[in-house]
Amino acid sequence: MISFGYKIQTDRQIDFDSNNRRIFEFVKAGEPSIDWCMSCGTCASACTAAITTEYSLRRLIILARRGEEEEILNSVHRCRFCGKCINACPRGVNTRNIIYLIQLAVNKIAKHEI
Amino acid sequence: MNSIAIIGGGVAGLEAAAKLSKQGYAVTVIERSKCLGGRLTQWHALFPARKPAEPLLLRMISEIEGNVNVIMDAAVTGVEKDDDGFAITISNNRMITASALLLTTGFDIFDAGRKEEYGYGIYDNVITSVELEETFRSGRPLLTVKGNKPARIGFIHCVGSRDEKAGNPHCSKVCCVTAVKQAIEVKEMLPSSEVFLFYMDLRMFGRHFEELYKEAQFRYGIQFIRARLSEAFENPDGSLQIRIEDTLLAKPLKMSLDMMVLMVGIQPQKKPGNLTDMLGLARDTDGFLLQQDQYAAPFATQIPGLFFAGGITGPKTIEETLTEARAVSAEITNFLKHRENYASHEPYLMEL
Repeated sequence: MISFGYKIQTDRQIDFDSNNRRIFEFVKAGEPSIDWCMSCGTCASACTAAITTEYSLRRLIILARRGEEEEILNSVHRCRFCGKCINACPRGVNTRNIIYLIQLAVNKIAKHEI
Repeated sequence: MNSIAIIGGGVAGLEAAAKLSKQGYAVTVIERSKCLGGRLTQWHALFPARKPAEPLLLRMISEIEGNVNVIMDAAVTGVEKDDDGFAITISNNRMITASALLLTTGFDIFDAGRKEEYGYGIYDNVITSVELEETFRSGRPLLTVKGNKPARIGFIHCVGSRDEKAGNPHCSKVCCVTAVKQAIEVKEMLPSSEVFLFYMDLRMFGRHFEELYKEAQFRYGIQFIRARLSEAFENPDGSLQIRIEDTLLAKPLKMSLDMMVLMVGIQPQKKPGNLTDMLGLARDTDGFLLQQDQYAAPFATQIPGLFFAGGITGPKTIEETLTEARAVSAEITNFLKHRENYASHEPYLMEL
């Protein structure tokens, strides 16, 4: 490809109308407590993985709601299921199960099952 | 016998009238419009329990019926003060005299058209929270201008609140929980619709408000996006296009909505000829009336015998306004019984 010395920037906007929210729908069906989340971030502040990586469950849940699959794929594997986030959550959201179900949904997308 | 005049027959005025007349005072309520109840008449159901507003309104009116002199459709044109009390001139040159005067004239609703970038009055499917409540009250279905059921509805918080350029730096306080309540009512009316609330902060300060918020999320699937809308656009089909910053993701987001509800705020009455300015009463920095002391003398003006309560001193819930009305009634009773040596609050204020 010829380099003209410039490139076209990719659109970083969340395109809510075009996005597919299948991950969220899959997780909500299996773990309805996802709707209790108020994005306070206590889970992320308790998370060991978040100290050294870009991992944030607070962010993952919102990304799932918006259908931003690419960013989910890039970080969801970083969880080690220690479960500290469950203890931290003030609203009793089953956070570990949510991460598990997000990973399951990602695997199902890879296998074209959802 | 001591008489009391109350200007404003809304929630605060009616409740104070009921309480003071039960104390044996001759009470006159002067109401500008042709009906009693003020803002309560605009509500279909009250947050947080979604109790219907009408029974409360009827109960409040029945409490004063026969016991209180009510003058409706009357504008106050002048107030004069002498040692005995107040002489209040109303339209048609009628005059009322009173030993004590209570102002319960309330507040104004922000004019959504002033936020031109949101398209109220320009785009078809932009309505205010007051109009949505009126739709609920009328029993009409919620439809777009073209007569379709809206599939996606967005509530925009803080319209004319926390907005210094709109002249209102303050939080209007009641709109957050009103949006949650109305979103639930929209979901009950249109269960298959998607409902989004665009908020800066969710101020669920009152008793059972937080529970209502959680119910909205869990039972109704209402979605909360932390964002403040800068501008809305109208699509050729009459739907709306919005672009917001999804602040919890730190990413811009664009989406379409079939209907947009603007959560209009509460602001002080500033229209020319308003009673506050006519009486020369001092305003606080936010434009609402200045309280002598927020804690020690919340209902006293700088004029002895002249009191105020309710939305005139800032945004309040109906529950809070009722509480203030009962408290100011006790204060007025205290004033009338000990008028000669009615405790001045100045010594306390000097200590502060």
